[in-house]
Amino acid sequence: MDLQTLSYLFVGSTFALYLGIAFWARAGSTKDFYVAGGGVHPVANGMATAADWMSAASFISMAGMISFMGYGGSVFLMGWTGGYVILAMLLAPYLRKYGKFTVPEFIGDRFYSKTARVVAVICLILCSVTYVIGQMKGVGVAFSRFLEVEYATGLFVGMVIVFFYAVLGGMKGITYTQIAQYCVLILAYTIPAIFISLQLTGNPVPQLGLGSTLAGQDIYLLDRIDQVVTDLGFKQYSTDVRLSTLNMFAYTMSLMIGTAGLPHVIIRFFTVPKVKDARSSAGWALVFIAILYTTAPAVGAMARLNLMQTIEPSPGEYMVYDERPQWFKNWEKTGLLQFEDKNQDGLVEYSANPETNEMVKIDNDIMVLANPEIAQLPNWVIALVAAGGLAAALSTAAGLLLAIASAISHDLLKGMIAPNITEKQELNASRVAMALAILGAGYLGLNPPGFAAGTVALAFGLAASSIFPALMMGIFSTRVNKEGAIAGMVAGIGITLFYVFQHKGIFFIPGTEFLGSMKPNWFMGIEPNAFGVVGAIVNFTVANLVSRVTAEPPESVRELVEHIRVPAGSGEATGH
Amino acid sequence: MSRLNEQQAKEYWRRNVSLMVKLMVIWFVVSFGCGILLFDVLNTIQIGGYKLGFWFAQQGSIYVFVVLIFYYARKMAALDKEFGVEED
Repeated sequence: MDLQTLSYLFVGSTFALYLGIAFWARAGSTKDFYVAGGGVHPVANGMATAADWMSAASFISMAGMISFMGYGGSVFLMGWTGGYVILAMLLAPYLRKYGKFTVPEFIGDRFYSKTARVVAVICLILCSVTYVIGQMKGVGVAFSRFLEVEYATGLFVGMVIVFFYAVLGGMKGITYTQIAQYCVLILAYTIPAIFISLQLTGNPVPQLGLGSTLAGQDIYLLDRIDQVVTDLGFKQYSTDVRLSTLNMFAYTMSLMIGTAGLPHVIIRFFTVPKVKDARSSAGWALVFIAILYTTAPAVGAMARLNLMQTIEPSPGEYMVYDERPQWFKNWEKTGLLQFEDKNQDGLVEYSANPETNEMVKIDNDIMVLANPEIAQLPNWVIALVAAGGLAAALSTAAGLLLAIASAISHDLLKGMIAPNITEKQELNASRVAMALAILGAGYLGLNPPGFAAGTVALAFGLAASSIFPALMMGIFSTRVNKEGAIAGMVAGIGITLFYVFQHKGIFFIPGTEFLGSMKPNWFMGIEPNAFGVVGAIVNFTVANLVSRVTAEPPESVRELVEHIRVPAGSGEATGH
Repeated sequence: MSRLNEQQAKEYWRRNVSLMVKLMVIWFVVSFGCGILLFDVLNTIQIGGYKLGFWFAQQGSIYVFVVLIFYYARKMAALDKEFGVEED
């Protein structure tokens, strides 16, 4: 069968599966809708969390970034996994014990303030919306490349599917679909990796293949990559530091605490029956995530080697452009791969020197998607990768949309505007909020405000500098009061936005950068994407100083904090 | 289910925090320590095709994270039982 038929078959049958699950797992109450009834087994929740967490960025972009950043790409590997240790020990069990539906609800109660709750809702919506745009874009790209339909059509099909299972089933439908999506995406990621590792090193385990010698040769894979990239003037793969050691430190820390502060991840831990389960569920989530995350560096390195060896089969001898392989032509059509014959000799001369380099563009994102084609794997493997990319994007989009919808219907509507609505009315309101969120996300996916690439990183910075510190102080301090928490969140998110906008424009509008006489990365050489940790430190400092000069929190707050620190009597998650 | 008196609640929290601190130190050492700050030093050691610093940054730290979470979950379950605050 040809690639397109196979792609339709794989994508079509996975979509049918998601719809089947949606029909089976309909939500009957707000509890079903917000926290899947609170009865999800910790291993199942771990799997759903893994799919929720691993987005188009993890599936499509990350290995590509590692491919071109080498050692510097480690910030994503450590940053996006280390956050789960923080979640498991410092946040998830206590928030589960508290037993409510949303993150802003905890912040509002702990800091006894509706203002704090509204500030938290704004922070939540800012980080979730920026994040969801990237997912919608991923859906459109995967459709247009593999099924050869218009970008907009692909996006529309994706929206309809999410609409069905998220609006009907809420958290319950999303949870069970995410479990299926995890299975699809992990198979789609590991099968090509196993094939490629076997081809290159003879070892079927990519994690071991990365540390092995090349098949039939006496040289280690990593040493060979170092050799071929330095020959063309690139930095040595295995030691290429991202800007500076301090910058790598800050980047990793920002991603870790950003992960722990992302509301769509935190609410997944509200679905398990007990506090004990919240702890172990974080462990299971990380096991399922680690399968992909320890494979990714092997995929990145092997893709880089395959790409280099296709373009320059032996030292000094380049591929003839007219004899380029089919995948090269396919990706040229998308504009993600561009060749420019600068010296008119018909050879594809690739080098680190921008003046003579003829591979003018190799987009990070094509590395995972093109990898099976570059390695000449069978068509069904390529079709599987398409289904996997869609599973990764859809599962994350659904989780984000639920976080947005519940903040609107539960925190804003039920919590403030109309506290007297019945459960049935709230359930309907949350469905309407969800539908509106899907339409909004689709609109932004079609008309991305020109900054889609910068936005996912911004989401981590925002979560790291606003929500994470507020939750930490809410659990570990009895002294931080409402004035402190609000001032801290505003200061943290404010300074992070300021630094990012200074570099990338106000709300990413080109031409509004205002660095003035300052150099880029002026603050200790830290790049804007790594700035979240600085915002978090500002948040903690401001909150503690302000709390010290204002009135102590009421006695009831001390009781609340003591209550969440001990597991017994957690009961089930409730909205009351 | 039983309610802890103030003394017991303090002791339970103290032991939880002390376990947490120990494990967070390991968390910091394997990622920020071995993977970033001590990268060059550890890279002088080679295991198979991996330089040790590089291995910690792209593989080892993640494996350790998984072990840390399960160890914490198990220890805390035992602590809950000891203080009689586990859920039924």
